[in-house]
Amino acid sequence: MKNLLLIAYLDLKESIRANWFIIYSIVFGGLIALFFIAGITESQVMGFSGLSRLLLMYIQVTIIILPIFVLITTVRSISGDRDSHILEYMLSFPISLSQYYWGKVAGRFITVFIPVFMAMAFAIIYGTFKGAEVPWEIFFLYTGLLFAMSSAFLGIAFFVSSLVKSSEMALGISFFVWIFLLAFIDIALISLMMQNRMSEGLIISIALLNPMEIFRVSAISLFDPELTVMGPVAFYILDMMKQWQFVVLSIVYPTLLGILFAFFGYKVFAKKDLV
Amino acid sequence: MIKIENLTKKFGKTVSLDAVSINFNRGDAVALMGANGAGKTTLIRLIMGYYHPTSGSVEINGLNPVKERVDILQSVSFVPQLPPPIKLSLAELISYICKSSGVKKEMIFEYAKEMKLDIIPNLNKSFFQLSGGMKQKFLIAVSLAKESDIMIYDEPTANLDPKARDDFYRLIKEKEKDKLSLFVTHRIEEVQDIVNRQIYMDLGKITTDEAC
Ligand SMILES: Nc1ncnc2c1ncn2[C@@H]1O[C@H](COP(=O)(O)OP(=O)(O)OP(=O)(O)O)[C@@H](O)[C@H]1O
Ligand SMILES: [Mg+2]
Repeated sequence: MKNLLLIAYLDLKESIRANWFIIYSIVFGGLIALFFIAGITESQVMGFSGLSRLLLMYIQVTIIILPIFVLITTVRSISGDRDSHILEYMLSFPISLSQYYWGKVAGRFITVFIPVFMAMAFAIIYGTFKGAEVPWEIFFLYTGLLFAMSSAFLGIAFFVSSLVKSSEMALGISFFVWIFLLAFIDIALISLMMQNRMSEGLIISIALLNPMEIFRVSAISLFDPELTVMGPVAFYILDMMKQWQFVVLSIVYPTLLGILFAFFGYKVFAKKDLV
Repeated sequence: MIKIENLTKKFGKTVSLDAVSINFNRGDAVALMGANGAGKTTLIRLIMGYYHPTSGSVEINGLNPVKERVDILQSVSFVPQLPPPIKLSLAELISYICKSSGVKKEMIFEYAKEMKLDIIPNLNKSFFQLSGGMKQKFLIAVSLAKESDIMIYDEPTANLDPKARDDFYRLIKEKEKDKLSLFVTHRIEEVQDIVNRQIYMDLGKITTDEAC
């Protein structure tokens, strides 16, 4: 445990100095700042207003860009260290492979989660200061979603990272995974739906295996279902289960998915040649 | 101390190590030589437990270096062929080494001083920002400070100036008694004084193994 924390701590320090981390923090912090400057909190569109509207926009953008950020920055953590022979030296000390691997995972999780969460927390603080009403329910749900998103994509990234031999390859795979989850699955399912080959329920269940789809639906699940922004999938789901059940599912399932991928990543890491 | 039996390592179709059997004992100071690509680094990586053998076995004090890496590495010092571009600062790297291996910080400073490397002004620099020779001096200082029974050096003097080489060999000579040390080298003249056994490799096999 001591070694695991040591590795997590050092990885954290190293990440915080890295350029990608600075850009990452600026992007999410900047997003919130931009929303305030643009006066999102004051506008009244489609029944959303104030901070809830701002948070919704924030989470919707985050659902799209967080995965790719997490993937491209994390996917090189093991494979990059392997490529550059850093692993060879660092692992010449009596550190077990599981301490090393899970330490890296823990360090990365904090680096990835903190900026997106802090940006949202900042929005709440600044909003309160400006006299807006704080939508606590939405804030807590989105905290859960950010947590689940970070876990899911971090897990996938570590899996890819230990699976592939070079970090170039890892980068290519990250883009593929992102585009695939972002668009391809939906496009494929829509075309299936149009051909009427499968039942709607089945198609929607498949759609929900995709963590990005779950996040999309969950992000709007606390809002009034009468609102038009809700797509057919969301409508169907919220019709099928209770709201709270879906909220729990949308946090637990992606988190577990991430842990599972990270775990398989560890198995691969321990079974393969290290350098 | 190290018992290697019928050890083979293949990468795809390349046979990097071909059914090697050899023992290394306490008190051995070995020069490991051979042309580029002969399999020296491969052999060392198998000893370090980085590679899974294709067939055959490595035992260090009766333990398997892949499965019992933590126990074994407690008493192994290793300096790789090329200093890696570690991004941690020297201070962080030192804390990693000291905390993971119980090495005393003062010892690293002490040996760095012997190697004419002044650590203090560089503590907040990233390791990869040091010059090639400074990196190597630092890794050597760490390897000595670790007080290991087994010391493995993969061409440690490649980037060192002649003076630093002399320092290195002098320190090794003081240290190596009752230990096992392995030096991969291309210049036998240089290590003549500190070794008592010479091994030549070629095409993944050991061709000669003699005392000297
Ligand atoms: N990870 C690897 N993947 C594929 N082939 C490898 C790998 N590592 C080594 N080889 C091959 O194994 C052979 C032995 O390489 P090794 O690095 O052990 O040589 P060496 O004796 O250390 O050479 P040098 O003096 O140049 O350091 C070479 O043909 C090399 O191409
Ligand atoms: Mg070599």
